[in-house]
Amino acid sequence: MRIEQDEIEKIAELSRIRISDEEIGQVTQRIAEILQMVDQLQAVDTHDVEPMANPLDATQRLRPDKVTQSNRRNAFQAIAPAVENGLYLVPKVIE
Amino acid sequence: MQWETVIGLEVHLQLATESKIFSGSPTTFGAEPNTQASAVDLAMPGMLPVLNEQAVHYAVKFGLGIGAQISKRSVFDRKNYFYPDLPKGYQISQFEAPIVGKGSFEILMEDGSSRTIGITRAHLEEDAGKSLHEDFNNHTGIDLNRAGTPLLEIVSEPDIRNAAEAVAYLKALHSLVTYLGISDGNMAEGSMRCDVNISLRPMGSTTLGTRAEIKNVNSFRFVEKAIHHEFQRQADILEEGGKITQETRLYDADRDETRSMRSKEVANDYRYFPEPDLLPVVIDDIYIESIRESLPELPADKRSRFTAQYGLGPYDANVLSDSRPLADYFEAVAGECGDAKIAANWVQVELLGQLNRAGGTIEKCPVSATALGQLISRILDNTISGKMAKQVFESMWKGEGDADEIIEARGLLQVSDTGAIDAIVNDVLSANAAQVQQYLDADEAKRKKLVGFFVGQVMKLSKGQANPQMVNELLAKKLI
Repeated sequence: MRIEQDEIEKIAELSRIRISDEEIGQVTQRIAEILQMVDQLQAVDTHDVEPMANPLDATQRLRPDKVTQSNRRNAFQAIAPAVENGLYLVPKVIE
Repeated sequence: MQWETVIGLEVHLQLATESKIFSGSPTTFGAEPNTQASAVDLAMPGMLPVLNEQAVHYAVKFGLGIGAQISKRSVFDRKNYFYPDLPKGYQISQFEAPIVGKGSFEILMEDGSSRTIGITRAHLEEDAGKSLHEDFNNHTGIDLNRAGTPLLEIVSEPDIRNAAEAVAYLKALHSLVTYLGISDGNMAEGSMRCDVNISLRPMGSTTLGTRAEIKNVNSFRFVEKAIHHEFQRQADILEEGGKITQETRLYDADRDETRSMRSKEVANDYRYFPEPDLLPVVIDDIYIESIRESLPELPADKRSRFTAQYGLGPYDANVLSDSRPLADYFEAVAGECGDAKIAANWVQVELLGQLNRAGGTIEKCPVSATALGQLISRILDNTISGKMAKQVFESMWKGEGDADEIIEARGLLQVSDTGAIDAIVNDVLSANAAQVQQYLDADEAKRKKLVGFFVGQVMKLSKGQANPQMVNELLAKKLI
């Protein structure tokens, strides 16, 4: 599988990771190498193997539907950069 | 050109759990901002999700309610996108292996016809928080109370063809989930939110056109309006030879239009992968069967039973089976008075009429089913006329007592005493000799109209208390 620099730029944007112009060539190169390894794995015949969602050989434990948490807003908001009227403030999101 | 509309709906249903899907925070609606957001909901470092059993239970219950395949092994995935009301930077959802697979259910149209709508899948996921864009000095306020509330996303097949069917589907779905007790279905509080996928194709074509997704259409009425608007928008573009862009649009109820949400275009690449913090959810047959046994009689079954058992038409049966409290109320009234058809009529016309005018719900109805049943019994045993009964009902609504008390207190007892009615009829006939002669000279067709005059006079003299049937019979005997 080949990967082009513009795809790396798109993924970086989606992931909110800033990659400088100096770095981008090297990053593309390294991800291409990882994808080569993925290609190698893809070549293995897996048609008898059940897809694995988690490496642990266990299943999810379920929790009873009980309220166990109390209101700790003051503690959480004491470490927030900006709050107002009980709301967390973030830079304006333009829709 | 004649266009066919193809519609698929995605409904986000808030499940009626006490606590959140992955944390022990409460899910009460309308709490002070961020007072129901725990460290897990805030995505504090090191926090891990633990799945709520009740959410799984409700999802399975829904699946059984639509006759769907239930996955004994389902997997949670991360749906990645950046938005401030999603603190983790991903939503825990299900992608490859949802808990509920293909199913279907029947919707009933107002003309009594029915259609089966396929359900593609239903999966569990967490809700995001709320962003408030007003009044914060160029900042957006974030309330994370809703973050982590359990949702069941129900995806329909593109089987819906017009706005009326979309509304019928939502109403049937609303009825089903409230019967099942898995959600309060309160659209105004966002417990049931709807995204509409809509495309057009030339009538007769079998390939699908390019669709637009309309987000967050949150009332039955808006769904109808948004579909009408979007149909027209797409038809105009296609008629002019243009192309529909696949995009997400937002319905603006104030302006009654849909508009593009350009900001989300790039973000439509969610890079799903299995959620490493949760293991696969495995349930067994015993678990599924125990939930199956707890299923109540569902709306469709109740509807057919009302038709078969009480001889109601499909429309009446549909209205009366819409919610469990209403269906129970109707059955109690029918049981009390012993005449299901009259009970059906009274519940739909008088009772629902009053409830709608008062904006009340059947649970808080001031007239109990037993009381209404007793009132109807007084019509059936000729104590009062149907017309009188409506007045009595009004008084019962105002809390003036039960039917018998009001009839007694107001002296509304219907006169079924032959002697008394006979005397009034005689008075009327002798006081109106000219009309009697006119009647006797008239032909059969005209007589039918003229007799109404005498009935009216008798009712007037008896203050409406004479038994109309007896009045008619006596007049027929005397006017020869």
